[in-house]
Amino acid sequence: MMNRRDFLKIMASLGIGSALVLEGIDRIGTAADTIPGSKNLQAGHWGMVIDVSKFKTPEDIQRVAAACHKYHNVPEINDPQHEIKWIWQEDFEHTFAELESEYLSEKVKQMQFPVLCNHCENPACVRVCPTQATFKRPDGIVAMDYHRCIGCRYCMAACPYGARSFNFFDPRPYIEEINSAVPTRTKGVVEKCTFCMERLDKGQQPVCAEASGGAIIFGDLSDPDSPVRKVLRDNFFLRRKVELGTGPSVYYIIGGGGSNA
Amino acid sequence: MLEKALRGSKGYYAWVGLLIILAVVGLTAYLKQFDYGLGVTGLSRDVSWGLYISQFTFMVGVAASAVMVAIPYYLHDYKTFGKIVILGEFLAVAAVIVCILFIFVDLGQPTRLLNIILHPSPRSIMFWDMCVLLGYLLLNFIIGWTVLGYEKKGFPAPRWVKILTYIAIPWAISIHTVTAFLYAGLPGRAYWLTAIMAARFLSSAFAAGPALLILLCLILRRFTSFKTSNQAIQSLAVIVTYAMIANVFFFMLEVFTAFYSNIPGHMVTLQYLFAGLNGSNNLVPFMWIAAILAFLGIILLLIPRVRRNEKALILALISVFIATWLDKGIGLVLGGFVPNAFGLVTEYVPTVTELTIIMGVYAIGLLTLTILYKVVIGVREQTEVGDISPGV
Ligand code: SF4
Ligand code: SF4
Repeated sequence: MMNRRDFLKIMASLGIGSALVLEGIDRIGTAADTIPGSKNLQAGHWGMVIDVSKFKTPEDIQRVAAACHKYHNVPEINDPQHEIKWIWQEDFEHTFAELESEYLSEKVKQMQFPVLCNHCENPACVRVCPTQATFKRPDGIVAMDYHRCIGCRYCMAACPYGARSFNFFDPRPYIEEINSAVPTRTKGVVEKCTFCMERLDKGQQPVCAEASGGAIIFGDLSDPDSPVRKVLRDNFFLRRKVELGTGPSVYYIIGGGGSNA
Repeated sequence: MLEKALRGSKGYYAWVGLLIILAVVGLTAYLKQFDYGLGVTGLSRDVSWGLYISQFTFMVGVAASAVMVAIPYYLHDYKTFGKIVILGEFLAVAAVIVCILFIFVDLGQPTRLLNIILHPSPRSIMFWDMCVLLGYLLLNFIIGWTVLGYEKKGFPAPRWVKILTYIAIPWAISIHTVTAFLYAGLPGRAYWLTAIMAARFLSSAFAAGPALLILLCLILRRFTSFKTSNQAIQSLAVIVTYAMIANVFFFMLEVFTAFYSNIPGHMVTLQYLFAGLNGSNNLVPFMWIAAILAFLGIILLLIPRVRRNEKALILALISVFIATWLDKGIGLVLGGFVPNAFGLVTEYVPTVTELTIIMGVYAIGLLTLTILYKVVIGVREQTEVGDISPGV
C-alpha cells in the first residue's frame, strides 16, 4: 500500500516540485488517507510526544501504565525475572544513561519518564526476526503477529530499549479481567506496545494518551499540521539513544512550556 | 555400514547405554519445559538468552574446526591427516546436530520452528545461519559417509566427493562467520558490536575444535584399534597453539579499544566480567579461570619438549578447551546482556532443569559421535586387514 509520503516522493521525482503543487497534493493526500464514511485514524508515520513535566507524581505514570496494561490484557506478574511490561517508568539516569551528569538538577534527577516501544523507523527487532512475526507497517507502527512468533527472542537481544517482554509461561492466569477487544497471548511468544493499532482503526486515541490528561500527545509525524509536530516545533525534545540510528518515534519534552497544550 | 555400530565390546555397550539414559533424562526435563514454558530456566526479561544459545554458539565453532584438518589434507595434500580427516568431518556432523538441538530447546514455540522456512526472512541473520548450518551438516555427512563407503569396498572416492570437500572448506568458515554476525550486528549491545567478532569466533573455534579432536584421537588410541600417528597429533597441536594465541591476541585488542578509548559502553561489560559491577560478580571467577587456563595452555603448547609429552599435552589441550568454553560458552553471550538497556545488571543462574536439558543434548551429540566413530573404526579394521590403502 502506498502511503502519502511515498506518493509525494514519486510525484516529486516526476518533477512536480513547486511548493504550490505539493501543498495541493498534500491536502488531497490527507483527504484520500481516510476511507470516506469510516472513522479510522490513519497516518504517514505515527509518533508520540511525552511531556514529562505534566506527570506531576510517579502515580500519574503508574495510572497510565495500569490503564494500558488493563486494556491490553498484560498479565500482572510481580517478579522482575518474568514480568511483562509495555509501558512503565524509569528515572532520567536510566532512561537517558548517556546524558547523566553529577551536576544534573535535582528536579531532573527526580523526574520519572514513561518508557515504551519507540516504534523505531529502522527497528532492529524487525531486521533480526527470522519469521517476520515482528514487522513494520507502512504507517510506522512496529507490530507483531503472535501466531507466527517462534519465541527465539532474537528481537529482545536486538532491541536497544528493553521494550520487549517474553511470556515465560502461560500469562492468562495473571490477567485479572480479560478484555475481549484485544487478544491475549500464549506462553513462548514475545510481546510489546502496539501503539494501540486496533484502537486507531476504530478512530480512538491510544489508551495511554487518553489516560494521560494531555501529557502524552499522539499523532502523525509526517503531517506538519499535526499536534505532535506542533509540539515538537515549539519545544526542545529528547529521544532515547538516537546515536544508534534506530530513529525512535517517541519524543520526550521536559520543559513544560506553555504552548504545547 | 551402520551395522558396525551395533556390535561392540562390553565397554562400548555400557558407554552407549549411559548416553541413552542421559539423553532420556534430558528429554524428560525438556518435556517439563515444553509443557510449562521457558520459565523453568534461569532466563529473564533482561538476560533473554542463556546457556542454550551460548552452547549453540560454542558448538558451531567445534563444527567449523573440521576445516583445520581438511585444509592441510585436501588443499595442501598433507597426507599425515589422511587417516583422521574423517574424524573431523564426523565431529562436525555431531556438533551441528547439537547446535540444532540447542536452538530447538531454546524456542518458546518449538512447534512453529518451520516458520523460519515458511516465512523466509533474508534480512535476519538467523535465517542465514539456519541455511549454512543445514548445508554444512549435509556436506560433512555426505562426504564422510561416501568416502567411508568407498573405502570399505576398496575403491578411491569418486570425483564429485572431492568437489564437495572443496566446497566444504569455505562453507565451514561461513558457518562461524554467520554465527558471529548474529551478535555483531546488534545496535544496542556494545560487547557484541565489534568488527573483530567473526575473527575471534574463528580463532577460538580453531583452538577448541582441534584440541577436542586430539583428545578424541587419544581416547580412541587408548581404547580402540584406531591409532592416530603422533605426527598427526603434533601437527594438530601446533594448529591449536597458534589459533589460541590468535584468539587471546584478538581478545586483548578488544580490551585495548575499550579501555584506551575510555567509552563507558565498551568498558562496562569487560568490567562486569572481570571485576564485577555494582556487586554483581557471578561470572568473575569463571573469566579469571579462563584467562589463567588460556595462558597455561599456550605456554605448555609453545614449548616443543612439553608438547611432545603426552600427559602435558593433554593438560594443555584441556586448558585450552575449557578456557575457550568459558570465554565463548559463558562470558560472551551472558556478558552481552550486561548491563541491560537501562544500565542495570541482572544476573543469570541456570536452573537444574535447564542444566539437565543441556546434559541431554550433549548426550545425544556424544551418542551420534560414538556411532559415527564406531562405524569408522569398524570399516578401518576391515580394510586394514586386507591392507587396502584408502584414497580420495
Ligand atoms: S523500541 Fe525496540 S521493540 Fe520497539 S521498534 Fe524499536 S527496536 Fe523494536
Ligand atoms: S521471538 Fe518472535 S518476534 Fe522475536 S525475533 Fe523471534 S520470531 Fe520474531
